[in-house]
Amino acid sequence: MADTIEVNGKQLAVDEEGYLANLNDWEPEVANVMAKQDNLELTPEHWEIINFLREYYEEYQIAPAVRVLTKAVGKKLGPDKGNSKYLYTLFPYGPAKQACRYAGLPKPTGCV
Amino acid sequence: MAEVVKKFMYLNRKAPYGTIYAWESLEVVLIGAAFDQDVCVMFIDDGVYQLTKGQDTKGIGMKNFSPTYRTLGDYDVRRIYVDRDSLEARGLTPDDLIAVPFEDMETGEEIDNIVEIIDSERAGALMNQSDVIFSF
Amino acid sequence: MAILHTVNKSPFERNALESCLRFATEGASVLLFEDGVYAALKGTRVEPQVVSALSRLRFYVLGPDLRARGFSEERIIPGIKVVDYAGFVDLAVECDKVQAWL
Repeated sequence: MADTIEVNGKQLAVDEEGYLANLNDWEPEVANVMAKQDNLELTPEHWEIINFLREYYEEYQIAPAVRVLTKAVGKKLGPDKGNSKYLYTLFPYGPAKQACRYAGLPKPTGCV
Repeated sequence: MAEVVKKFMYLNRKAPYGTIYAWESLEVVLIGAAFDQDVCVMFIDDGVYQLTKGQDTKGIGMKNFSPTYRTLGDYDVRRIYVDRDSLEARGLTPDDLIAVPFEDMETGEEIDNIVEIIDSERAGALMNQSDVIFSF
Repeated sequence: MAILHTVNKSPFERNALESCLRFATEGASVLLFEDGVYAALKGTRVEPQVVSALSRLRFYVLGPDLRARGFSEERIIPGIKVVDYAGFVDLAVECDKVQAWL
C-alpha cells in the first residue's frame, strides 16, 4: 500500500492499511478514489452509510466496531439496513473497516 | 465445554489529558468488549474527572474523547460505577457527569443512564467479585 | 477470593495508599514496594492509618526496595512482614488477583 493517495491532484497521506492519516484531509472524492482502487462503484446506498459514519464520528469521536455500527444503523435507518447482510453486500471487505476507510475515519476500535 | 465468561473490571484512577492512562483504558475497554466477557468499568479518585460534561480540548490540541464514553452501552458495557466519596471530595455531583445510555436489543428496554454512584464498601465488594482487575 | 493490592507510590506524594486502604476489604494483602515502602516506616504521618489497617489487612514490604532506600527491618512498623522477590511472587500466586494502585 502506497503511503499517499492522489485525490483531485493532491497527495494525501494514508497509513499502512490505507486509512487517511489526517481526518481533515477528507472530501467526498476520497471515497470515490478509494472505491475505485477496490473496483467498487459507490451508489447512494454506499453514501448513506459513509455519511452516517462521518456523523457518528462527529458525535462520538470514534469509528464504531462492526456490531456497534450495525446496531446504530438499525436505530437510525431501520432494520432493513441495520443488519450484517445488507452492510456486507455494500461493503464486502467488512462494513466497518471498509466504510470507515472511505469515510476518512481511523480503523474502527474493537475490530481485530 | 461451555465457554467461561470472566468478570473483568477496568478500574480508572487518573484524570484525562494529563497522562495517557484514561485514553488507553477507554481503548482497551472498547477493544475488549468484542470478546463477550462480563465487563464493568469503575471510576475512583481522579478517574471521576474522565466523565465530566462539557470537556473542550480545542485549545490544547488533543482529542476530546469524552463523547466516546457515551458509546459504552452500545459496546455492551452494562455496568459503570462511580465512587461517591471521590466525587464529593472533588466538589462534584452526579449532574456534573456524562450520561451513558443503554438499550437492550433483546427486550427493547431503554435506560437513559447506566452510570451508578456507589459507596466505597460496594466498590470494594465489586473488586472482590471480579476475576481480573485492569488498573489504569 | 483475596486480592493482593500493590502500592508503589510514596504516601506523601500520591493517594495510592490512602485509596488502597479505603477499598481493600478484610483479609486482603497489601504489598508495599518501590516508593511505597516509605509507608511501612515507623514514626511517619501515615503510620496511624497503617497500624489501624493492620487489624484487617496483611501487610508486606519488599526488602530490596527498603534497603535500597537506606532503611532496615528495625525501622518497620511491627506486624508488617518483609519479603524478598521470591516472596512477592509467592504472594501473587496465593492471591487470586492483583490490584495495582499505580
